[in-house]
Amino acid sequence: MMLFMLLFSRQGKLRLQKWYMAYPDKVKKKITRELVTTILARKPKMCSFLEWKDCKIVYKRYASLYFCCAIEQNDNELLTLEIIHRYVELLDKYFGSVCELDIIFNFEKAYFILDELLIGGEIQETSKKNVLKAIASQDLLQEDEAVEGTLRDIGLL
Amino acid sequence: MAPVRGDGMRGLAVFISDIRNCKSKEAEVKRINKELANIRSKFKGDKTLDGYQKKKYVCKLLFIFLLGHDIDFGHMEAVNLLSSNKYSEKQIGYLFISVLVNTNSDLIRLIIQSIKNDLQSRNPVHVNLALQCIANIGSRDMAESFSNEIPKLLVSGDTMDVVKQSAALCLLRLFRSSPDIIPGGEWTSRIIHLLNDQHMGVVTAATSLIDALVKRNPDEYKGCVNLAVSRLSRIVTASYTDLQDYTYYFVPAPWLSVKLLRLLQNYNPVTEEAGVRARLNETLETILNKAQEPPKSKKVQHSNAKNAVLFEAINLIIHSDSEPNLLVRACNQLGQFLSNRETNLRYLALESMCHLATSEFSHEEVKKHQEVVILSMKMEKDVSVRQMAVDLLYAMCDRGNAEEIVQEMLNYLETADYSIREEMVLKVAILAEKYATDYTWYVDVILNLIRIAGDYVSEEVWYRVIQIVINREEVQGYAAKTVFEALQAPACHENMVKVGGYILGEFGNLIAGDSRSAPLVQFKLLHSKYHLCSPMTRALLLSTYIKFINLFPEIRTNIQDVFRQHSNLRSADAELQQRASEYLQLSIVASTDVLATVLEEMPSFPERESSILAVLKKKKPGRVPENEIRESKSPAPLSSVTQNNAHVNNSHSKLNNSNANTDLLGLSTPPSNNIGSGSNSNSTLIDVLGDMYSSNNNSSAVYNTKKFLFKNNGVLFENEMLQIGVKSEFRQNLGRLGLFYGNKTQVPLSNFNPVLQWSAEDALKLNVQMKAVEPTLEAGAQIQQLLTAECIEDYADAPTIEISFRYNGTQQKFSIKLPLSVNKFFEPTEMNAESFFARWKNLSGEQQRSQKVFKAAQPLDLAGARNKLMGFGMQLLDQVDPNPDNMVCAGIIHTQSQQVGCLMRLEPNKQAQMFRLTVRASKETVTREICDLLSDQF
Repeated sequence: MMLFMLLFSRQGKLRLQKWYMAYPDKVKKKITRELVTTILARKPKMCSFLEWKDCKIVYKRYASLYFCCAIEQNDNELLTLEIIHRYVELLDKYFGSVCELDIIFNFEKAYFILDELLIGGEIQETSKKNVLKAIASQDLLQEDEAVEGTLRDIGLL
Repeated sequence: MAPVRGDGMRGLAVFISDIRNCKSKEAEVKRINKELANIRSKFKGDKTLDGYQKKKYVCKLLFIFLLGHDIDFGHMEAVNLLSSNKYSEKQIGYLFISVLVNTNSDLIRLIIQSIKNDLQSRNPVHVNLALQCIANIGSRDMAESFSNEIPKLLVSGDTMDVVKQSAALCLLRLFRSSPDIIPGGEWTSRIIHLLNDQHMGVVTAATSLIDALVKRNPDEYKGCVNLAVSRLSRIVTASYTDLQDYTYYFVPAPWLSVKLLRLLQNYNPVTEEAGVRARLNETLETILNKAQEPPKSKKVQHSNAKNAVLFEAINLIIHSDSEPNLLVRACNQLGQFLSNRETNLRYLALESMCHLATSEFSHEEVKKHQEVVILSMKMEKDVSVRQMAVDLLYAMCDRGNAEEIVQEMLNYLETADYSIREEMVLKVAILAEKYATDYTWYVDVILNLIRIAGDYVSEEVWYRVIQIVINREEVQGYAAKTVFEALQAPACHENMVKVGGYILGEFGNLIAGDSRSAPLVQFKLLHSKYHLCSPMTRALLLSTYIKFINLFPEIRTNIQDVFRQHSNLRSADAELQQRASEYLQLSIVASTDVLATVLEEMPSFPERESSILAVLKKKKPGRVPENEIRESKSPAPLSSVTQNNAHVNNSHSKLNNSNANTDLLGLSTPPSNNIGSGSNSNSTLIDVLGDMYSSNNNSSAVYNTKKFLFKNNGVLFENEMLQIGVKSEFRQNLGRLGLFYGNKTQVPLSNFNPVLQWSAEDALKLNVQMKAVEPTLEAGAQIQQLLTAECIEDYADAPTIEISFRYNGTQQKFSIKLPLSVNKFFEPTEMNAESFFARWKNLSGEQQRSQKVFKAAQPLDLAGARNKLMGFGMQLLDQVDPNPDNMVCAGIIHTQSQQVGCLMRLEPNKQAQMFRLTVRASKETVTREICDLLSDQF
């Protein structure tokens, strides 16, 4: 089970945090601080896995963003790397060549996509097509509402 | 940046841009505060906000929170959004609730109501939103509210696949916080049969759920094995086009494969059915074969996914530990990875091999890779990989290669990273002890450790070498000679002085015949280090000197001179002064015979477990390091490995269960069980050094009930397996105690049985009732046990509870004193100076007074003493004693038969670092008991 996922920039700014275990806020901040420092200090060719407290950390850098997951001792590190990759692919497909700015300005979307991929720290849907379909149907509902709103505003409804 | 689909919020984008344009942290904080004020006024204002505005502001709050600021309002507005009929508003409401969960009871009820409505929706998008929110919060409230709906959604025929997937994982999340949510009976088979579902996404999600259910109740879900094996077999043999979008970079369904392989690892043996077993082995072979095929893609995603499945298959092979052929193949495969280009693969291969090294079938196979592993230890760029190589060398070490591996580790230690040195020192010390056939080698190794990495050699390590030298006559002369030589070095580590001092004090006579190490030479050599050492080492050296007087009467006057020098103000340390004076007197007053008796050679230490291993385990909480070959789980041909000592020990301990924890070397056992009992037989070195310096005991178990004199709640006991917490409350002569037993291991503790030890006679004074507990303590679970206590008459000491259970087939037992000493029944009594001293004078009879003088803990801590007294139960009275440093207390002990008034005075003497404790009470037994409880506690 994944315990949490953090996205942060090369400057150490947190861009997204998702916690699958209940930690007190103070602990969350402490964990984040420690991990960001640890990972930013690592060199590019180093191993993507590290032992940390009683869990394992799996991380990977995509352009200016670090994706970092904590998993349990028995979980599969390599496949966790691929969960990260699948998430990146989904973001990329949705935003069209995603960049850090997309995630900053549309953080809520980043969350919605993540919720379609993982629930309670376990992978829910591995098919890229199916996740995108789910997100698309959410967007469709929103767009309908938006159109409806506009029509109402101009007195057509 | 692509245009955002759905429905964007301009105000939010502007705000985010503003924040990004802030030049400084201060500017950012200012902008945020302004926005928070704005939102607050909008939320409080009279004008009702429409849904869009609410959504926008809630979203801004979320963004501010994600920047790391605390948000303490907006929850109500977010909850309002949940019931919006616009999806976009609802969704933001849910997001806010999920990220900023607040268990505020009023709101939770509203949230649950909204979720209920959305679960009923005919639109699967709404249902999923609700399920995701339940999973995100995952609290007991949620479990209680939805224990009916979610299991139904999961197995119902009408549920759409996407909803089923969410429901499975949602249920899993709730199951983790409230295991009783899963209905049993016919549901079991319906849940298991999800493994046969047409939809791969549903199977993937369901497998995670089933894995958790199996862990809790393996027998009930045993039916999943056959389904899992056949599903796995179908996936592995599928071509990558068969599974369409569930193929990931040419690897068919890697996530599902890994989950199924994990699921099967819950059973051992995986299956009893020969047919299923054959199919599984065939599947595992196919996975191993595929690893040899040329890659279908150069992308790292392809190799990662493929190898993820491979590593998980190897985990299953190791876990079953019954197929020599597969184990050897796995080992060869991992061997190839050891020289792979990818750091990740090398790391994982080393890790996996650590486990293979502990199987008797593959141990020899792993050893073939020793060269490469040693190279990894030396050459890898990443310290975590180097550390993994060290772990593997440790795991693959046996009698055959011990000398070589230990030597390589010693060589590497000189340049090793500081972060891994301490652990390496422990490992080298353990291996050297475990595989020593010639103890001169062992002594050399430990002395080398001290020389190379003295700062990282913990007390346990040097205590151990002394214990071993004392117990083995054949090595004593050699040890004396070697430490003597080591001490010649101009700069030698203080730990070397300690070992040298101790060994020469005991066995210096064995080398005294050689004029180069004549008594006076030995003494001068040691004393040349004296001034550079800490008080603790100096104290040890003083003891060595007095032993020298016994061993070498001819240098008596030289030594007496030194004692004389240090018996006065030259030693700022009171302990050293005292030692020097006492030793001096001893050497003057005692006859040769008396001296010889007092300073007789140390008796052998009882053979007991080395505490080093426990220290090592503690350092690696998640992963217990292993250097032990498991017994195979199926009958196997005798391999050369069976000669291995570790193996012999293992079967030895199986035969003799009552003694399971004391194997021959005392190295590979769980922490000792003789806690609290028979401590006399544990003659540790610490005794020799005087109590004042003994800070840590040799046992790895945290067992300190003394501190519970001063508090009622906390962790009572902890070792690798078990943690026991306590909560207690007392009123008048009644007390209630909750014990919380937490299983820290990955396996259930069975036959779990706490038994109260409190004699019938004692029970007439303190009546203790204990509720029974379940005999099985599940992995990672915690159970509570309630005790009630009634104080009938004052009593001494406190009841003990003896806890026994089985862990991994071995019986464990230890005793723990309960925090139920008589002071718990104190009622604090407030009084002024006049009445205090009036009562004090009244209680001046011989039987009403008790007094003790004791040395203060270093350094003397008055504030700490006051804190302790406040927790002790009596009233700490200020402005009563004319000397502000003195502490006086008053209290009444409530028993059923009577109330006993009690006064106490604690007087510190800062110069002497001592305390004088006086207790006066109307009853003699109380006076004595309170005095006993409190003495030596400050």
